[in-house]
Amino acid sequence: MTISTDHYLPESIVALFPDQYTGEYWDRIARSELSFQRCAVCKTFRQPPGPMCPSCSSLETEWHQVTGKGTVYSWEIVTLALNDALVDYVPFNIVLVEFPDAPGVRLVTNCIDASKDELSIGMPVEVVYQKYSKVTLPRVKKAVK
Amino acid sequence: MTIKDKTAIVGVGTTDFYKRGQSGEQTELELMCKATLEALDDCGLKAQDIDGFSFYSGGFDAGLLATTLGIKELRYSSIMSGGGGGSQGTIANAAAAIAAGYAEVILCTKALKSGGETGRRIGRMGAEPRTGRLSGGVADWDFYHNFGLTSPGQSFALMARQHMHKFGTTSEQFGAVAVSTRYHASRNPKAIHQTPITIEDHQNSRMIADPLHLLDYCLETDGGTAVIVTSAERAKDLKAKPVYVMGAAIGGPGPFGQGIFYHQMPDEMYHWSGHKPVADRLFAMAGIGPNDVDVAEMYDHFTPLVIMQLEEYGFCKPGEGGPYVEDGGIQWGKGRMPVNTHGGNLSEVYLLGLTHTIEGVRQLRGQSTSQVENAEIALITSGPGILPTSAIILRN
Repeated sequence: MTISTDHYLPESIVALFPDQYTGEYWDRIARSELSFQRCAVCKTFRQPPGPMCPSCSSLETEWHQVTGKGTVYSWEIVTLALNDALVDYVPFNIVLVEFPDAPGVRLVTNCIDASKDELSIGMPVEVVYQKYSKVTLPRVKKAVK
Repeated sequence: MTIKDKTAIVGVGTTDFYKRGQSGEQTELELMCKATLEALDDCGLKAQDIDGFSFYSGGFDAGLLATTLGIKELRYSSIMSGGGGGSQGTIANAAAAIAAGYAEVILCTKALKSGGETGRRIGRMGAEPRTGRLSGGVADWDFYHNFGLTSPGQSFALMARQHMHKFGTTSEQFGAVAVSTRYHASRNPKAIHQTPITIEDHQNSRMIADPLHLLDYCLETDGGTAVIVTSAERAKDLKAKPVYVMGAAIGGPGPFGQGIFYHQMPDEMYHWSGHKPVADRLFAMAGIGPNDVDVAEMYDHFTPLVIMQLEEYGFCKPGEGGPYVEDGGIQWGKGRMPVNTHGGNLSEVYLLGLTHTIEGVRQLRGQSTSQVENAEIALITSGPGILPTSAIILRN
């Protein structure tokens, strides 16, 4: 597991407004645990977290920690900074990551060490935790299959 | 029971079109009034004849609009959800309300100052540092914004990449949509951008969110739009040739979720624009198929979404939208079925959808600047990639 104080994107864009459904997710991230919410009855995952299972309508929920090893489902390179805080950070990537131990959900994040030429759909990645002063964010880095 | 052929669009109007911020001191209310006056003049009705409103994309204060227009009695008012996805839903709601007897003359209207009356740019929704929750009070933005995903274009870039991966769709094919749409705009004196472009221009345009170039993006513009719907019976006696609402559908696949920033759709629909079930219900109501459509005005905020819609409406097979648009495939005078003959959101103006309705009406009246010969049936679609979206089929 990688925990780092390096920041792929600046502290000034980072903000969390957790609620009764998402708070647990971010609390676990702060402990360097990537977990997804799922239905306690039928085990269907959902993201972002919410009050009810869209598969079986149960209101019972639980959290399932994943290993953090996943694959890129889609990716892009942002080349235009949309606010001043990001001017020195473009180009940066955004990736969607799927995890085999949490089927049906995707994580929107960034791959901290892949160049444009290295990014591809299906590429293996693993989660890293980047610590900001008040918040921890889950990002990914390149991994071997 | 359906609304098929029970109502007609009798009046359409717009303001002048402005680049973002250039509408000056005109408020959205004023832009709406000006577009409505043109639509009323188009059909020969007076403001006092309007007895219902149909809104979308945040809607508008019905009371303010009623007092401003001098409405005698308001008998109907509704707002479609789904942002630009609700644009044709305003026509659907108006048609349903008229068929149900709630009201007789319904104004569908939208005005936009895309620099925002508050200064907030529509293409950068969510880009400013957050000081509280956005988007309906849910905490979802925490999951996107912190990773730099803050604009619609960035979000659709991820969907476009999957379409490229699954089907071999290319950036040049996205460019083909931009080129044919700009060609139509070059024939439309009201269009904001009238200078023709080439695929090379598209490829050389600035990369914004790779794989999307600047010329894959719609405009940010200001203006007002108005469409007046009434019963088929009343439409017969009015000034303009009635254009009948042959079918309408609202909705989309449930798993499309909150749309623009939601990326949890199952893999088998991730490359969709979210129109497939709407398309199926729409054609069923109208009793026609894609081969019967003479012209399509498809919501084109980003070029890949036009390719996806062409697939979902059955103009080509799934995955074949890229080759379909190549070499002028959707260009007036060249392709089999022209798309966005006014220049669309990409080149004419971006006012969230009713300009497509208006162009469909003009085609069926024989008034388009890129007129499809003997056009009888037009398909108009709303903003893709969001739930609900909506679409209508019009006939003359």
